[in-house]
Amino acid sequence: MIRLEKRPQPSQAFSWATPLLAVLATMFFGGLLFAALGKDPVSSIITIFWEPLFGSNAFYYRPQLLIKGAPLVLIAIGLSLGFKAGIWNIGAEGQYIIGAIFGAAVGLAFYPAQSVFIFPLMILAGALGGWLWAMIPAVLKVKFGTNEILVSLMLVYVAEQFLASMALGVLKNPEGFGFPGSRNLQQYASAHNGELIAGSGMHWGVVAAFIAVIFAYVLLARHRLGFAIRVTGEAPRAAKFSGVNPTRLVLFCMGTSGLLAGLAGMFEVAGPAGQITIDFNVGYGFTAIIVAFLGRLHPIGILLAGGLMALTYIGGDIAQSQLGLPAAAIQVFQGMLLFFLLAFDLFTNYRLRFGHREVA
Amino acid sequence: MDLSSINPVLFVAGFLVAATPLIFAALGELVAEKSGVLNLGVEGMMIIGAICGFATAVETGSPLLGFAAAAVGGAALSLLFAFLTQITLANQVASGLALTLFGLGFSALLGQSYVGVKPPRLAEVNFGPLHDIPVLGPILFSHDIVLYFGFALVVVVWAVLKYTRAGLILRAVGESHDAAHALGFRVVRIRTLAIMFGGACAGLGGAYISLIRVPQWTEGMTAGVGWIALALVVFASWKPWRLLLGAYLFGGITQLQLNLQGAGVAIPVEYLAMSPYIITILVLVVLSADKSAAPASLGRTFHASS
Repeated sequence: MIRLEKRPQPSQAFSWATPLLAVLATMFFGGLLFAALGKDPVSSIITIFWEPLFGSNAFYYRPQLLIKGAPLVLIAIGLSLGFKAGIWNIGAEGQYIIGAIFGAAVGLAFYPAQSVFIFPLMILAGALGGWLWAMIPAVLKVKFGTNEILVSLMLVYVAEQFLASMALGVLKNPEGFGFPGSRNLQQYASAHNGELIAGSGMHWGVVAAFIAVIFAYVLLARHRLGFAIRVTGEAPRAAKFSGVNPTRLVLFCMGTSGLLAGLAGMFEVAGPAGQITIDFNVGYGFTAIIVAFLGRLHPIGILLAGGLMALTYIGGDIAQSQLGLPAAAIQVFQGMLLFFLLAFDLFTNYRLRFGHREVA
Repeated sequence: MDLSSINPVLFVAGFLVAATPLIFAALGELVAEKSGVLNLGVEGMMIIGAICGFATAVETGSPLLGFAAAAVGGAALSLLFAFLTQITLANQVASGLALTLFGLGFSALLGQSYVGVKPPRLAEVNFGPLHDIPVLGPILFSHDIVLYFGFALVVVVWAVLKYTRAGLILRAVGESHDAAHALGFRVVRIRTLAIMFGGACAGLGGAYISLIRVPQWTEGMTAGVGWIALALVVFASWKPWRLLLGAYLFGGITQLQLNLQGAGVAIPVEYLAMSPYIITILVLVVLSADKSAAPASLGRTFHASS
């Protein structure tokens, strides 16, 4: 007979081993899934995890790691602050879209003028857009006690429709021959979030992601607000007694995550994506949820997890073109990862006891 | 703009159809939440139901078998959630999200070869002369059997929760799992069954979208209906009858905005399409003040040792 016994303290060792176990289990069961799809499981896994880093075309794929990883890390850092405190912003995808629209709109408003001030203004606008969009669920939560999960998620669908109306309406390229989508910001020097070092994949979004990691690390380890976040998540009653203001905490966590998601959207639209289109968003806001959990809601962990998840995106693309692995298979793969992570996390807080239960 | 092009009889009949997926999904979630489990994976279970039902209906030629498969598919996926939250004691919010992310991906994988396929049609129930009653006939007596089943299920769930011992036990587990455990009820088993019921219902709701309402398969076609269903449970204060009312309200709004799109109203299509989501938020705001109706153990993890 096996039973669970609560550990007096969560196990540090398991807390760090869980993501590794989850990745291994995902590789194994993902391999089974690929085998079921008629692909060679071993070569699929190698294509996804090895090819982008050390394969023959790695020089092309490595910069992609930064490009795909930056938005994931940027969003996940913001989400992790709230998740730690039990504040669930699920709508980062929407905040990402609004940030991109705000950023692009400011850039396009100046077109074709050239100035060094345009790009910083776009950054501010993108951050503001994401922040405002996240403030809707935050304010509703603190004013009316509305569930922030449902409201932030509903706003993703609203943002998607808004994106469509912008791409087809106000922001449409007047010289685009009637095609939907805005002007391409990559061809507008003052607004272009280009590579800082040619061929490295390094753009301002990557810089922002690293700054966000450091900021979150310092906040959580050294700042009173970080303490308030941690204590609220771990012991809400203790938080109340230690004078944590829950209203401010909700506004701060939601606001920061929205701001970072908005920044991610803005850097994406001004750089790798280049323009506002109907299908501009590709689900980074949702994948970032997996990244945040995989990184154990810890800034350094999130950095690593973001890299790993970026790897599955890139490797998935390669596997798609080389092995004909369906794009959805990678989505399943990422979902599996979260499953295993949550399941293995059991051992952080509980240990297995074998043998019969004694009669008390 | 030509509002006269909206036929009121067809409109009402249409919103009954639009409300049915919501009724199924929200009713399943209501039962799960009554047992104290918050399953945010409704959207994922719905889309899995949508593709399982669609694929089975296309392969066998029988829509009813499709619906059965959808219920099985939804329940199977919900078992994953039950395993995570009841056995490995994972956080319910995170597990529900995992279920939705996984379900969206897995359904896309399953559905690859079904894009653009037409499913077999489910025939209307033959009510004989009732169908020929003017106005009432087309509104009430011109639908498929699953729509009536959804309505009947609301009545059954209401009666079971209110009048039976099983319903009482389910509510006891949801109000205080520790007390229920002390009385000797199997909390984990009861919750697992409730989660599976929720999964089966969500699956049916999803299949209703892919087989009847649309009817075809596209990736991510549930488009947030699962999340609206979650909001609907709050709206209904965990009461089946109010849930029915809420589902018709949202069905009506969805149908109205579709009709307005068709009638060429001066409001851009995108703004009409976002209206159901905005109205959901507004309704949540209005109804959030009173949380007393929520099951007291909702979302809390149960372990016998604690």
